[in-house]
Amino acid sequence: MTIASLAPLAVVLPILGAALTFLLIRHSRAQRAVSITLLSLTLALECLLLASAWNGGTAAVTLGGWLPPFGIVMVVDQFSSLMLVVSSAVSLAVLVYATGQGMADGDEDAPVSIFHPTYLILVAGVSNAFLSGDLFNLYVGFEILLTASYVLMTLGGTGPRIRAGVTYVVVSVVSSVLFLIAIAMVYGATGTVNMADLALKLGELDQGTKTLLHVMLLVAFGIKAAVFPLSFWLPDSYPTAPAPVTAVFAGLLTKVGVYAMVRTETLLFPGDTLNTPLMVAALLTMLVGILGALAQSDIKRLLSFTLVSHIGYMVFGLAMSSAVGLAAAVFYVAHHITIQTSLFLVTGLIERRGGSSSVDRLGGLAKLSPMLALLFFIPGMNLAGIPPFSGFLGKVGLLQAGVELGTPLAYALVIGGVVTSLLTLLAIARVWNRAFWRRPTDAEHPDPVLLATPAGRVSGPGAKVNNTVTLLPRTMVGSTAGLVVLGVALTVFAGPLFSLSDRAARDMLDRAPYIQAVLGDATPVPGSAAGATAGGGNR
Amino acid sequence: MSVNLTLLIVMGALYACGIYLILERSLTRVLLGLMLLANATNLLILATGGYAGLAPLFSKDTAAQDYNDPLPQALILTSIVISFAVTAFMLGIIYRTWLLARQDEIQDDMEDRRVAATPSFDAEDDAEVPAETSEFPLATVTTGGREMPAEHAAAEEKPGSLNVDPNPEGGGK
Repeated sequence: MTIASLAPLAVVLPILGAALTFLLIRHSRAQRAVSITLLSLTLALECLLLASAWNGGTAAVTLGGWLPPFGIVMVVDQFSSLMLVVSSAVSLAVLVYATGQGMADGDEDAPVSIFHPTYLILVAGVSNAFLSGDLFNLYVGFEILLTASYVLMTLGGTGPRIRAGVTYVVVSVVSSVLFLIAIAMVYGATGTVNMADLALKLGELDQGTKTLLHVMLLVAFGIKAAVFPLSFWLPDSYPTAPAPVTAVFAGLLTKVGVYAMVRTETLLFPGDTLNTPLMVAALLTMLVGILGALAQSDIKRLLSFTLVSHIGYMVFGLAMSSAVGLAAAVFYVAHHITIQTSLFLVTGLIERRGGSSSVDRLGGLAKLSPMLALLFFIPGMNLAGIPPFSGFLGKVGLLQAGVELGTPLAYALVIGGVVTSLLTLLAIARVWNRAFWRRPTDAEHPDPVLLATPAGRVSGPGAKVNNTVTLLPRTMVGSTAGLVVLGVALTVFAGPLFSLSDRAARDMLDRAPYIQAVLGDATPVPGSAAGATAGGGNR
Repeated sequence: MSVNLTLLIVMGALYACGIYLILERSLTRVLLGLMLLANATNLLILATGGYAGLAPLFSKDTAAQDYNDPLPQALILTSIVISFAVTAFMLGIIYRTWLLARQDEIQDDMEDRRVAATPSFDAEDDAEVPAETSEFPLATVTTGGREMPAEHAAAEEKPGSLNVDPNPEGGGK
């Protein structure tokens, strides 16, 4: 309880950092120091929160002294604290990468100095969304992170970024309006926006109203999470942003949407009403996303499509609404944040080293920079789900949940999941073969101009070493490597992580820990015992 | 709970106009549409607060049900602030678009157009295999333009190599 009451600091520290870095806008060195220090502090704090949630279970913090059904609460449970730790670790790595990039380019002028405050506000918004135990506060968290992301998306204000930014902003605002409408309707129907209170009161509504509210919330979150029919904005807008920004967006923003969907499904609307549409959406998200990825020749766009496709896996686990499926989904979210971010960071390095992120133009990178090849290969194989890695473990968990459910649709999802995994492998292998393995000369048929640059460097033996150093700054490679190592660590420590996500899933399905942490231990939770058994899948 | 019909009708009209406007290609109209949607939603939130009552300033003589519900108004205030920020940002973007492209319209994604223009994707066609196996058509492409003999060969091969796209990736640059 004492540690958990520090939870608001996870939001306050980044915002404080944002204020400080904004004041220090002319001192980029101090800016870097402040933002990295504060983000590290946040990460340390969140590790403490995770430990307390692991040992002491769910805890709630009331803000401003207003008691739960009326005031805003922050809830630290295993799922939210796990998400906090993973997201902060990833955003710290990306921050280090971005400062490395800024230092290498000598970009110390105005537009980039806004990066630090905006980035920290983004982190604060993500933390707020993860911690929020209040539907409207969740909306505020979303808006904080979205507004920061608008700025990051259009950083520098170049033509393509503005074009992509317009799409992104309009889609996000529309989804936010939908979310707000849903909140208004929820409030109109129940008279509360506190999620624990809602969990009790929504159950008393009649089925029609419940379904309406449920669908509205899921659509609003589905746009943010990029679930299939609502996912087309993502591959259009993400790839044009600067590499670190794309990386952090890909890692975090969609996962906040997934997180909100998980909360909606487990806490607010337990039961199976919308599981069938969710399963269909998951299947289509996986397949359509990965087929889109196969058509791309630009690595960033390809990765954006795999991102959409792998959101399908998380929705898959969620739609099973069993403890096994939910645990696998939680595990998969943690795995995917790390892996997808590191892949985007590596792509940023590829772009620096090879001069382009299009596989049509790249070639011979494995020989040119073996380190880069290794950094791409490990998360790439991890994403595709090659056995020893965490991607494989997460997918096996999902497939297990699907087989356990045993309906025809669940089997379709299992098959779809396997196919998607194989197609991901194909997409990644194509990038690997072209960008890393073939001779640079083989790549020249579409456009020899860009490849002539690295080839020219190789021919000059003396200049080669110097060029490699400036092209791949140590901080950028180091932070990417750190993230790749974190991804591998998720594999090595998959056992504890899986038991953590299993416990998180059980607590979420039970609902009683969450509700009682917020509203007091004496609160009767109607579906509690039933929730644990009706959820099924006690393995 | 009585509802204010005028407010509801205004809300509906705002939603209708807003949705119509965000479907336009002109960015200024999209922005106006978003503003209308945001305001319509504010009215919706206001409507969820129920009938208009007294200002929620506590006095001992007033019964609880006489007060207005203060929470929706707090929500509206927050949402007004948020939509204000977003509107300001959108205006900045629109201005920037005008500076860059001299037009107030949503731009097409060139890469998207390019991928869409690519004929149906074929893994065989896309793989490196043709580059190794068939000599003549691809020799035309890779060596074309480098050497005079190769150019002659290319000119000779042209009629036979019509089935081979000069840009195997579909990447017309």
